[in-house]
Amino acid sequence: MVKIHERKFVSADPDKCVGCQVCEYICAWTKEKAFNPLKSRIRVVRLNPLVNISITCRLCEDPPCVAACPRDALTQSEENGTIIVDEDKCNGCGWCIEACDYGAISLHPEKKVVFVCDLCKDKPDGPQCVKWCPEEALDLVTADVLAQKARITATKKLFQEALKVAPPT
Amino acid sequence: MYGYAGKILHVDLTTGKTYTEPLNEDYAKKYIGGIGLGMRLWLDNSKAGVDPFSPENPLVLATGPTSGTIWPTGGNGHAFVAKSPQSYGIGESKSHGSFGTELKRAGYDAVIFHGKAEKPVYVWIDDDSVQILDASHLWGKSPAETEDIIKEDLGDYYIRVAAIGPAGEKLVRIACIINEKSRAAGRCGMGAVMGSKNLKAIAVRGTHDVTVAKPDEFLEFVKEFHERMKGPATKKYRTLGTPENVLVHNALHCMPTRNYNNAHFEAAEKVSGEYLNERYVAKIIGCSSCAMRCEHVCVVNEGPYKGAMARVEYEPLWALGPYCGIDRLDAIIKGSELCNYYGMDSISAGVIVGFAMDCYENGILTQKDMDGIEARFGNHEALVKLLEKMGKREGIGDILAEGVKFAAEKIGKGAEKLAQHIKGVEVTGYDLRCLKTAALGFAVSFRGADHNRHGAYAFDVKGKFNRLKYEKGRAKAVKDIEDVYTIIDSLIICKFSRGTYYKEFEDLAKLYTLVTGWETTPEEMRLKGERINNLARVINVREGLGRKDDTLPWKVMNVPIPDEGPSKGAYVTQEELDMMLDDYYEVRGWTRDGIPTPEKLKALGMDDLIPIVEAKIRKA
Repeated sequence: MVKIHERKFVSADPDKCVGCQVCEYICAWTKEKAFNPLKSRIRVVRLNPLVNISITCRLCEDPPCVAACPRDALTQSEENGTIIVDEDKCNGCGWCIEACDYGAISLHPEKKVVFVCDLCKDKPDGPQCVKWCPEEALDLVTADVLAQKARITATKKLFQEALKVAPPT
Repeated sequence: MYGYAGKILHVDLTTGKTYTEPLNEDYAKKYIGGIGLGMRLWLDNSKAGVDPFSPENPLVLATGPTSGTIWPTGGNGHAFVAKSPQSYGIGESKSHGSFGTELKRAGYDAVIFHGKAEKPVYVWIDDDSVQILDASHLWGKSPAETEDIIKEDLGDYYIRVAAIGPAGEKLVRIACIINEKSRAAGRCGMGAVMGSKNLKAIAVRGTHDVTVAKPDEFLEFVKEFHERMKGPATKKYRTLGTPENVLVHNALHCMPTRNYNNAHFEAAEKVSGEYLNERYVAKIIGCSSCAMRCEHVCVVNEGPYKGAMARVEYEPLWALGPYCGIDRLDAIIKGSELCNYYGMDSISAGVIVGFAMDCYENGILTQKDMDGIEARFGNHEALVKLLEKMGKREGIGDILAEGVKFAAEKIGKGAEKLAQHIKGVEVTGYDLRCLKTAALGFAVSFRGADHNRHGAYAFDVKGKFNRLKYEKGRAKAVKDIEDVYTIIDSLIICKFSRGTYYKEFEDLAKLYTLVTGWETTPEEMRLKGERINNLARVINVREGLGRKDDTLPWKVMNVPIPDEGPSKGAYVTQEELDMMLDDYYEVRGWTRDGIPTPEKLKALGMDDLIPIVEAKIRKA
């Protein structure tokens, strides 16, 4: 099994995300050849105009969705940690949807099985949402890199004045 | 049919019956969608001379062929069309966000609301299921509150809602229809028409796929436009936003100030786009499918208006600010928020307050008339109070809620000279005395005073033409850009993206072809734009509008710009206006009275509308 430190998932930077839904459109198109956000593996949330983010699977360690499935329809990929849905076993009961803290799993509007981000495994250039995001708000990252980025952002804020006189990095 | 859902929904609010009809393919090809299709459907479903507040005035809601696709800015629009309670001619207004996408996925190109419900209702469109539900618990609520309650009631947080506020309920003539809490179909009083039907809101959930004819080429084209949108054509909208205009217009002395008493605002620096961005813009967000994002969300963090939040653009900023002599951005943001709360067009609302202040300063309205409000120019507290009174139709607000044209008629005492409107619709932030190409565009705009029917101001502001003097031949430029604008509003795409269509009709034709699969040449595309402008004119002719209504506000024609500077002394004479109109009607192929000729309609494939103009030409 791929180690948690090496596991990359799609993450949105809330400071950059504008809630435009381009990720939803391109995801649904890539996976289902349809313009329909209901078929997207990544979903946008706008709580108010200032709070925008898109959310998809975080590839948890010991994923609760897998544990919750009474029919053993969900497994976690050894290779990259994505959740694989066996559509023959899944009956759309929704236990996994309830188990996921992030709302990353959805029930398909037509097929009545669940679906979840597979990091566009069939695409050589990786997740299409990351590629298409006009704001460059999406990234394919490990948790460790997210932490590094957060530290750098915090430091930049703390040392705004010092950075103004320092040579460009 | 690609790009279209292929279905039109009729909702009869009087009988409670709903039914669908297939979308007429000929109409789709001729009128595209959005305002084009919407106006044609309105014409077919109404009788000449109908009162705007009568149940017989249908309210048409239309999407465009790109709605629901990933087309940048095109995926998200919708349009409302009805007879306007301001102009008594055709009214139309677009909004963006996500509402239009949902309606398309629900399976409808247009919805026509007929009749009038007995008591307040809202319509719940859930794919094929359409229900008319009780809205008594929503009456009196703001559009944002209405949206939250409906989502809670229906138990789905992703449904989209378009609603009117208290102003629409009370038939305030400048009432708008707001979707997703802050996006308005603002102009022409469409919210008042909705209110006259006792229709509080429209809630939509759509689950179907939207398809295009040539998906691979389409996506290539989308990608290309994503790149174009990162370029110079959209820079303004992504950075300072339209409030950038404040200092630009002020430097040219073409920013109407204090109800057209000046064309230059001495305190412009304090309400500039630069200052707004530095102090108040908290985040810039985007609509569904957009790759440029423009929505500058502003928050007030201190002072008497602490906590106010609104999206701010140049027009509302100008109307609620310089036009009322107000130099405080916090009050302007508060004013915008109030307009969203009551559901009023913030451009018209600001212009009405400016008018009221002018009446007060001139002694036409006294402090007693004003319910004790000291309505001097620059008094931000008066602005806030008057907006609230207007939204509630309370006291003086009941008169002001009629819009400047009808309010002036009620007030009398020469107030009509202070009422700056065209066809009953309040002016926008361009001083027409010194922007003479724009003056023509405004005078002939089919929905009344408006910059968004033509964008002809750009020729003046950017110095392409001598803005202080009208020269014969310019009408061609105005006509051409009008024809582009009707296509934009019919597809529906966003006007802020217009600069990314480098090849104009060629790009628009390619987009239409890829989406619908109907091979369309640039010339055919241009013809659609021209056809839709003629359609609008035919409707206005049928409703009794004509050359006499293609005019300019009193001050534009009678009060030369007083400010020392680049525009001093400018105004438009009757002779000049006549020259503009003659020039324009000739280019359009209309009679000297501004009526489209039977030959013109025949050439545009609208033979069925010839009887309407023939009757009028005979009379004239």
